[in-house]
Amino acid sequence: MTATIATTPSPAPESTLEGHGQPLIDKTFRWILFAATAVGIVFLAVLIVYVTLKGLPRLTPALWQNMPSIRNPDTAGAQSAITGTIWVMAFTALTALPVGILSAVYLEEFGNAKSRFQRVVDINIQNLAAVPSVVFGILGLAIIARAFQLGQTVITAGLTLGLLVLPVVIISTRESLRAVPQNIRHGSLALGATQWQTTWKQTMPAAIPGMATGTILALSRAIGEAAPLLLLGAVSFISFNPTGPFSAYTTMPIQIFNWTKNPREEFQILAAALIVLLLVLLLAMNAVAILIRNRTQRRW
Amino acid sequence: MSTLAQATPAAADDNPLRQVKARNGEKVIKALLATAAAVSVATTFGIVISLLVPSITFFSEISITEFLFTTTWTPLFANPQYGVLPLIAGTFVITIIAISVAIPLGLGSAVYLSEFASSKVRRTVKPVLEVLEGVPTVVYGFFALEFMTQLILRPIFPGIQVFNALSAGLVMGIMIIPTVASLAEDAMSAVPGGLRDGAYALGATKRQTALRVVIPAALSGIVAAFVLGISRAIGETMVVTVAAGLMPNLTLNPFEGMQTMTSYIAAAASGDVSTGSIEYQSIFAVGLLLFVITFAMNALSIRLVRKYRQTYQ
Repeated sequence: MTATIATTPSPAPESTLEGHGQPLIDKTFRWILFAATAVGIVFLAVLIVYVTLKGLPRLTPALWQNMPSIRNPDTAGAQSAITGTIWVMAFTALTALPVGILSAVYLEEFGNAKSRFQRVVDINIQNLAAVPSVVFGILGLAIIARAFQLGQTVITAGLTLGLLVLPVVIISTRESLRAVPQNIRHGSLALGATQWQTTWKQTMPAAIPGMATGTILALSRAIGEAAPLLLLGAVSFISFNPTGPFSAYTTMPIQIFNWTKNPREEFQILAAALIVLLLVLLLAMNAVAILIRNRTQRRW
Repeated sequence: MSTLAQATPAAADDNPLRQVKARNGEKVIKALLATAAAVSVATTFGIVISLLVPSITFFSEISITEFLFTTTWTPLFANPQYGVLPLIAGTFVITIIAISVAIPLGLGSAVYLSEFASSKVRRTVKPVLEVLEGVPTVVYGFFALEFMTQLILRPIFPGIQVFNALSAGLVMGIMIIPTVASLAEDAMSAVPGGLRDGAYALGATKRQTALRVVIPAALSGIVAAFVLGISRAIGETMVVTVAAGLMPNLTLNPFEGMQTMTSYIAAAASGDVSTGSIEYQSIFAVGLLLFVITFAMNALSIRLVRKYRQTYQ
């Protein structure tokens, strides 16, 4: 609607009319804005092409079949980093999902929006979402690794990253719960269901697609996170797969970091190859999230 | 809603005992849910305690004035000095470079997406910006070091160091575009269409409407986007750790390497530091400073967002 009004010729006093009544300065302005938008997109394209070309020689099965090696870059792989990422992500999900979803259910369905507790929690979540990730590393180091004596292990990393992405899970779950219309809750309550029965049997199932999308996006943030793990022992040279929650570990972003730090060109190529693998993984997760969002988008 | 739940008679259930039981269960469940919600508050407390306790020990050895106002940061030397200004200078220089990229480009993207782009363009561009935001920061670090420094900056500025503030700042700026753009666009989309229609009716062009009506109307949200962008630049770790070097350097010269607060934390904590030493505690003192700065900026940003939401709802 606004567009039709906008195309109305409008000779502002200071602007010269150009072509079909659109002043030159307006056209230029539009092109500048378009260019500003394009910079980010072009940058992303260049980045993807560059790492792919650079990593291509080492994008072989050896990348996930072999262990890292300091002496033999020609045969080095990243298996311990890949299995480490899987282990750490499992514990991240085990921490962030239950706590995040239950928090969101409380805040949306049970809490009283005006209560003091809820206001504190609300502001706190917004703040927590913007705390630098390296600060979570400090939390993990001082409290989880040292005070709880869990050490520099898979479980410490999982708990730390779980707390890091907790705000993402809470915020996205709340949004998906909010999108469920009140009529459904009222209908259920009118039939005699209790509040929890209504939440568990009606509201939460209706919000599952939204929750799934948010969860995947939260995990895709955690999977690429390196800064907190630098403080939690992931940088040490690990050439074995984790054997359990209390095992030492490394992850893919940390392995990329270690290889990038090494001045030998062979290691830079390895880093690029592992970046490609990580980006493919992330794009796949994003694609699944978008697919779920589009497939299940329901109009109430 | 809760009043409705209480007012509903338990007609569906013919067994009154189950009703009573269910009610007790409800209470337990509600308590459990509230506990989950409290975890995020506990996390903040955990962060504050984990920063404060070692920092107090640190500041009992090194005075706060010495920490904040002296200019030598050499924790590894035989005679260590803890003047945090070089780390602040590094953070400052890289943040300035990053936001001079991110603010114009982010705001430009936001105005384009909110005021000019067709819905088809918006549907394509927004997911791409989401991907740009989702790329791991260590990847940006690699790209800054290998591509930006080696292939772009070195041919232009032959004297530039391998590790330098410029490449880290430029790449970080692009990385932050989506943060600035999405928040600013939210603010502009919240401006009621009636304001735009009014401007058009007075004969304004799209450019004039965007610049003189929409942007001023969304100003608090746009400023919130800038503040959050700055806060992200200050708190970013991996790009600077990889590409800007690890030498504390009190300079404003972007062609040199420098260390930031975040990259000091990352480097010191991943090295061999014995627990309880003053060097170990310095990690937490720098972390506390970083936390205080970013926390203040985030709080400001949240307040500004709340302000525009109140205006237009």
